[in-house]
Amino acid sequence: MLAALSAVSGLAIITAFIFKEGLPIIAKVGLGDFIFSNDWYPTEGQFGILPMIVGSLEVTAGAMVIGVLFGLGCAVLLVDFVPPRPVAVIKPSIELLAGIPSVVYGFMGVVILVPFIRDYLGGPGLSVLAASIVLGIMVLPTVTSISVDALQAVPRAYREGSIALGATEWQTTHMVVLKAARSGIVAAVILGMGRAVGETMAVIMVAGNTIAVPHSILDPVRTLTSNIALEMGYAAGDHRQALFATGVTLFVIIMILNTIALAVSRRRARRAPFTRARLFVEDMT
Amino acid sequence: MKWLIGIAAIVVVLNGLSLILGGGRGDAVNAVGSTSIQPFAEMLAQAYEGSHPDLYVNVQGGGSTAGLQAAANGLAQIGMCSRDLTPDETKEFRDIVIARDGLAIVVHPSNPIEGLSRDQIRRIFAGEIHNWTEVGGPDRPVRPITREEGSGTREAFVKKVMGKVRIAREALTQESNGAVKELVRNDPAGVGYMSLGLVGGELRAVDVDGVAPTSANVVAGKYPLVRPFLFVTKGKPSETAQAFIDFVLSPEGQRMIENEGLVAAK
Amino acid sequence: MEARQARTGPMRIHPHITQRLAVIAMWTLTVITLGVLLFIIAYIFWHGLPHVTWSFLSESPRSMGREGGVLPMIVGTIWVAGLAVALAAPIGVATAVYLTEYTREGRLTAVIRFGADCLAGIPSIIFGLFGFVFFAIYLGMGLSVISGALTLALMVLPTIIRTSEEAIRAVPQAYREVSFGLGSTRWQMVTRVVLKSAMPGIGTGIVLSIGRSISETAAVMLTAGSALGFPHSLLDSSRTMALHFYILSREGISMTNAYATASVLILAILAINLAAYWLMRRFIAKVA
Repeated sequence: MLAALSAVSGLAIITAFIFKEGLPIIAKVGLGDFIFSNDWYPTEGQFGILPMIVGSLEVTAGAMVIGVLFGLGCAVLLVDFVPPRPVAVIKPSIELLAGIPSVVYGFMGVVILVPFIRDYLGGPGLSVLAASIVLGIMVLPTVTSISVDALQAVPRAYREGSIALGATEWQTTHMVVLKAARSGIVAAVILGMGRAVGETMAVIMVAGNTIAVPHSILDPVRTLTSNIALEMGYAAGDHRQALFATGVTLFVIIMILNTIALAVSRRRARRAPFTRARLFVEDMT
Repeated sequence: MKWLIGIAAIVVVLNGLSLILGGGRGDAVNAVGSTSIQPFAEMLAQAYEGSHPDLYVNVQGGGSTAGLQAAANGLAQIGMCSRDLTPDETKEFRDIVIARDGLAIVVHPSNPIEGLSRDQIRRIFAGEIHNWTEVGGPDRPVRPITREEGSGTREAFVKKVMGKVRIAREALTQESNGAVKELVRNDPAGVGYMSLGLVGGELRAVDVDGVAPTSANVVAGKYPLVRPFLFVTKGKPSETAQAFIDFVLSPEGQRMIENEGLVAAK
Repeated sequence: MEARQARTGPMRIHPHITQRLAVIAMWTLTVITLGVLLFIIAYIFWHGLPHVTWSFLSESPRSMGREGGVLPMIVGTIWVAGLAVALAAPIGVATAVYLTEYTREGRLTAVIRFGADCLAGIPSIIFGLFGFVFFAIYLGMGLSVISGALTLALMVLPTIIRTSEEAIRAVPQAYREVSFGLGSTRWQMVTRVVLKSAMPGIGTGIVLSIGRSISETAAVMLTAGSALGFPHSLLDSSRTMALHFYILSREGISMTNAYATASVLILAILAINLAAYWLMRRFIAKVA
C-alpha cells in the first residue's frame, strides 16, 4: 500500500540524509581524530568530540544508576508487594512522570537541584550529577513500565512453587522472579538508556556544557546532543557537517542499543498476544 | 472511535478557520539572528506593527551567524548580527548599524570587585586565574561563563578581549544572554560577558580598564568593549524590509532603543 | 505471610527481617519517586496556576512576553502538534495494517520493524537537524508551522506504526476467520472488524504521540522557529508552548508567565495521559 511505502521511504530518507551529511567530514578529519580528539574548536577547524562522548557516557551511566534503582524498585514493589487498588493509582502516576516536558525538568533542575549541589556539595552545581539526576527521573518511568510487564509475565507457578518450598516473598522475588524476568528487565534498561542518550533540552540547562572532560561528578559536562543543539543554528559548512557527524555517532549508538534490546527480548518466552500487545503499548509510554 | 475522529475534525476545522480568518495579512518581514538583538527587535516589531496593522515582522533568534546564513539563503529578509562583519562577509552582505551595545563583564552582586583590566579578563577566561583573590577580590574560585561558538556576543568578546588566546575548556557555556545573566545572578563565583543593554539591576557590571560600563561612556567612546547591532541584508533590502529598517532608524525607533539601555546608532 | 515457618539453617538474618527491610527500601524508593512527581507539579502549579486567567489564555504577548498572554502559542502548539499527528496517524496506521494484514511475516517486515524501533529512539534533536536542513532550507518552507509539523510527524510516525501494529496483531485470529467465514473481503474485514477492535490500542499510540509533540522543544525550535506573533498561515513561524516556557525561563523575561505557561502545559499533559490510560483499559478489556 502506498502509505506504507511512503512512510518507509520517509524514514529511509532521514537516515540516508544524516549519513550523507555527516560522513564526509568524518572522512576529512579522520575517524580516529574525530572520535578521540579532545579539541572541539569548530571555528578553528578542530572537531574532536571525545569530551562529548565521555560526557554522554558518564551522564547516561549516572542516569541509569538512578533510573534502574528507583525504576526497578518501584516495579518490584508494584508487582509483588502491593495490592491491586493502590497499584492502579501508583502506576499511572509514575507513567505521568514520562509525560512532563523535558524543559520543565530542566527548569526544576536549574531552580532547585543546581543551587543545592553548588551550595552543599561544591562545584558550579551545573554538573554530571545534576544531569544524571534529572535524566534518571526522566528515564525512570520507562524502566518501571517495562520491568513491571516483565515481572508480571513470570508464570504464577514459579512464585507459588517457591512459596510452597517455604521461601518468603522477598526471597522469591530476588531468587526466582527477578532471574526469570531478567531478559525483560535488561530490555527495559536498554530502552531507558536509549532515552537518556537522546535527551537534549534538560541536559543543556543543567550540565554546564563545558568542552572539557569531566573529572568528577561535580564537574560540568557537555553531551553529544547538547553539542548539536547549542551550535546548530549557527553552524555553516564544515561546522554544520561536524554536527551532523555527531548525529551519525548518536544514530550508531542507538542502533547498537536497539539491536541488543531486540536480541535480549527475543529470549523472552512466547506469550499470549494480549500481553505482548500491552507490553508494546506501554513501551511507547 | 467516533469521538477521536470528532476531535480530529474539530482540529482540522479550527485550523482551516484560522487560515481563512488570518488571510490577507500582507507582506511579512523575517528578521533572524542574534539572540542579543532579538528582544529589542521584537519590541520594535511590535511597535511597528502597532502603527502599520497590515505589516508583519517575524523575529527569530538562532544567533548572529545563523542570521547571516538565513539572510544568505533567503530564509530571512533581515539578518540580525551583533558583531562586526568579517571582510568576507562584507563582500556578500550589506549592513546597517541600528544601535551600539556595550559588552558588560558581569559578576554576582555580592562580589565586591570594582573593575578589571582587559588583561585580567583575558587571563580569567583563559583559565589562568583560579581564585578571585588573584585580582583583588574575595576568596572564592573563579568560574568563567561563556557563550556558545557562533554567538555574535562571543565573537565580539573574543575579538575585543581574548585576541588569539583561547577561552578555557572548563568555562561553562550558556546559550543566551538571559541564561548567562541567570547563572551569574545565582553563582557567587561566576563571571560572564553579556549585552550591556540587558544587564538590568540584579548584576554588577565591572569597570573595564578603569572605565565604568555606562551608556554615556559607550557614546563617548571611552568604554572599550563596544559592538554594533547590525541589520544585514543580502543586496538591496526588499521594500517591506526597508520600511521596517527605516522605522528602526527613525527618531522614534532610536528613542525606544535608548530607553531599553542601548546606545543609538549615531 | 506469618503463617509460614521460617527456614532455619545457615542464614545470618531471619528472612522475614530481610523481607521487611527490602519492602521498606522499595517503599522508600517509590515514595521518593512519587514525591518528586508531586513536588514538580505542585511547585509549578503553586507559582503558575494563579496566573492562568482567561486573559492569559486569550491575549497575545506584549513586551517580549513580560506581559500579556499566550494565545498565539496555544494556537501555534495546536497547529504544529495537531497537524503533525493528523499527518502521521493515517500513514502510520495504514503502514501498520499493511505490515500485518497484507504481507507475510518475513525478513522485510522484520527489517522495517527494526528500523521503526530505531527511529523511535533517535534523539529529537536529530529530527530537528533534518527538518531544518530539509524542510526549512532545501524545500524552502522556512521556519514555519509546516516545517515543524512535518518534522514532528516524522518523529512520531515510528511510534504510531509500532503501537498500531501491536494493537492489530493482538486482535484474535478468530475474529478474522469469522469475518471471512461470513463472506467478507479482506478490505472489509480489516476496516470493519480488525481496526474496530484494535482502535483503543491504536488510539493510545496516537494520543501518546500528541503528548510527545506538545512537549517537544529542540526539534520545534529548529523548524517552526520562535516568533512571538500569531501564525496566520502554515508558512508563518510560530512558537509552541513548550518553547515559550523555555525561552521565558531561560532569559529571565518573566518568571510568573513562565510558570503559568508550564501550568497550562502540565494540565494538557494530565488530560492527555488520562485519555491514554482510559483508552488502554478499554483495549485490555476488549482483547482479554
